[in-house]
Amino acid sequence: MDTMQEELKAFRDPALARGLVQVIGELAPESATLMEVCGTHTVAIARNGIRGLMPEGVRLASGPGCPVCVTSNHDIDKVIALARVPEVTIATFGDMTRVPGSTSSLLAEQAAGRSVEIVYSPLDALKLAADNPNRQIVFVGVGFETTTPLVAIAIKRAKEAGLKNFSVYGAHKNMPGALEVIVADPQLKVSALILPGHVSTIIGAKPYQFLAEKYGIPGVITGFEPVDVLQGIAMLMRQLYEGRAEIEIAYARGVMPEGNPVALAAIDEVFETCSATWRGLGEIPGSGYRIRDEFAEFDAMRRFQPEVEPVREHAGCRCGDVLRGIMAPSDCPLFRKVCTPENPVGPCMVSSEGSCAAYFRYY
Amino acid sequence: MCLAIPAQITQLEEGNLATVDILGVSRSISVDLTPQAQVGSYVLVHAGFAIEVVDEQYAQETLELIRQFPDLAADEVMLPQVSNS
Ligand code: SF4
Repeated sequence: MDTMQEELKAFRDPALARGLVQVIGELAPESATLMEVCGTHTVAIARNGIRGLMPEGVRLASGPGCPVCVTSNHDIDKVIALARVPEVTIATFGDMTRVPGSTSSLLAEQAAGRSVEIVYSPLDALKLAADNPNRQIVFVGVGFETTTPLVAIAIKRAKEAGLKNFSVYGAHKNMPGALEVIVADPQLKVSALILPGHVSTIIGAKPYQFLAEKYGIPGVITGFEPVDVLQGIAMLMRQLYEGRAEIEIAYARGVMPEGNPVALAAIDEVFETCSATWRGLGEIPGSGYRIRDEFAEFDAMRRFQPEVEPVREHAGCRCGDVLRGIMAPSDCPLFRKVCTPENPVGPCMVSSEGSCAAYFRYY
Repeated sequence: MCLAIPAQITQLEEGNLATVDILGVSRSISVDLTPQAQVGSYVLVHAGFAIEVVDEQYAQETLELIRQFPDLAADEVMLPQVSNS
């Protein structure tokens, strides 16, 4: 085994984790709410029992970090409308197929005979298009900055190859816009933020500076192994202890302060920012990405212009409050009783990274 | 959904593609976003793309610091912070 593999394994070492837990205990203030804003962190925290390791008074809240969960009903309805176009095959990540829109889901559409393929990568969708010249492949692009450059590259490759049967439904969002809504929310008092590792791999540390400068909220960019998460929390505790508010990087092996410039350039070439509607947070200016006019032919909505049904919200589902960190999933009246991963009422229970699904599995 | 896992590049191919070894399974990925990646590099793989080359030196430094600090006196706890600027 080479040294790199050894090192990567060390980020799961219980002895290192114990040392960090001790430091967290020593530095923790009487009360603090830390919020993680990345679905992968939600799962890492739940799976490793990190909530239970926190000293009394330290609350870990989950934010709007699951891209499937924050996708609005209207976005899902538009994808369903595209799925109903006879020549269209929808290509999407697996989680998306079960998310209920206003009256249907991709899974229900598939059962009704529409063509829906689950893919692992946007490149798989490109390949589907090349292999099936008689079908129109529509890739559903959801996700944050981690996924957006991949879709940008796929669109650029389609253009270079002159593919006429590939397009994208874009519901990409960026994280900093949502964070501003969260920290400005008077109902939720966030003391510090556990910032997402792989979103930051792309965007770097700078887009978060306003959190520290304008709102005085410390943030640490953190990886996903147990030792990474605890190190991030320990660094936040230290900032709170010393009365500092800065954006720091605990995940130095995977995040450069300036991000990935090649990826940022790819996003910028294909997309421009626009206003986007988030489930739970509402409309946030500048928080979404739209395909630029130069690439309009790859925008599925502009290509097919399907008719979209009127939006209907699900009665009783509290995903909106869960996504803002105001309510724990277990406090939703439907949790576990009516709403389960087999029979999800809202997207927070559908996605494996949703807070409700993580609570269902691990608590 | 933003999960990316480290994998080692075993071969570089034409068209900005590379073969990686992920837990013993070999897979073809795009290296469009990491032009600096070489055979032997560890990259973070997300949905079929390398999104960054994992920095071995920073991994080492972070671990060093994490290992040291429980030995330090409680009120002078040094928390690991690798500045990679
Ligand atoms: S438990 Fe179900 S109904 Fe309640 S907020 Fe979560 S997803 Fe919505």
